[in-house]
Amino acid sequence: MLPKLFFGYYAVVIIVLSLLVVTRKNPVHSVMWMLLLFFHIAGLYLFLNAEFIAAIQIIVYAGAILVLFLFVVLLLNLREELLIERFIGTWPTALVISVSLLILVIRAIQDMALAPPGNHSVDAIQAETHTVALGKILYTDYLFPFEIASVVLLIAIIGALVLAKRKMRSPQ
Amino acid sequence: MIATAFALGALVVGSIFRLKRPYAEKLMPYESGNPPVGEPRQRFSVKFYIIAMLFVVFDVEAVFLYPWAIVFDKIGLYAFIEMVIFIVILFVGYIYAWKKEAFVWD
Repeated sequence: MLPKLFFGYYAVVIIVLSLLVVTRKNPVHSVMWMLLLFFHIAGLYLFLNAEFIAAIQIIVYAGAILVLFLFVVLLLNLREELLIERFIGTWPTALVISVSLLILVIRAIQDMALAPPGNHSVDAIQAETHTVALGKILYTDYLFPFEIASVVLLIAIIGALVLAKRKMRSPQ
Repeated sequence: MIATAFALGALVVGSIFRLKRPYAEKLMPYESGNPPVGEPRQRFSVKFYIIAMLFVVFDVEAVFLYPWAIVFDKIGLYAFIEMVIFIVILFVGYIYAWKKEAFVWD
């Protein structure tokens, strides 16, 4: 009973918050609702015993990505954007796309077959906790993707600096 | 519980019964008695974006350190070497950002 209540609360609140994010006129308000949305998604991850993902959801998404969103919103001059009427002319296309995506997701869930559990079954992961299981596999079997991640992050640093620093030099 | 109900109740009851007579001057933002000039939201400098971007990158780097720290005693030296490689690659980016004066605010 209690887990169902818990899940129901998070499911309903996440849907309501997502709608608030996409329908607000003021983009800064949208970002603020998104902050609350990210916290609720983290709660849902905790509900799935995925405490590491929940922590990352707060640290990276609510902490860093959202700040980036907010700065991008403030970077653009949105005064004109506020006056433009939204959801005009595009909604039939949007409806078709979202309904076909929904059908795709439902079909995928229906056809889903669980693979036989290997070394990392649900019980094995619960026995040694989520974070330890992830660390063990990430730093041994998936060593190469892990090192590639650092190169990807390096490209992100260089890309951001090349794009943004050029604009700063121009007025001088 | 009672305290929360009282606090919220006072606000709800107040919003139902209080008078609402808004007009243009009343809704104007208060700027120490002067009529407001310009827009409240101005374009932010791209400098903020650089700081945020660097923060995201090093935040993600820190995220990789958490599971590493937990399983470090189980994997040992192997884990240490691979994390050194990981950090050295990102350190290149850090030096680059430093040389580009990304941390200088002017």
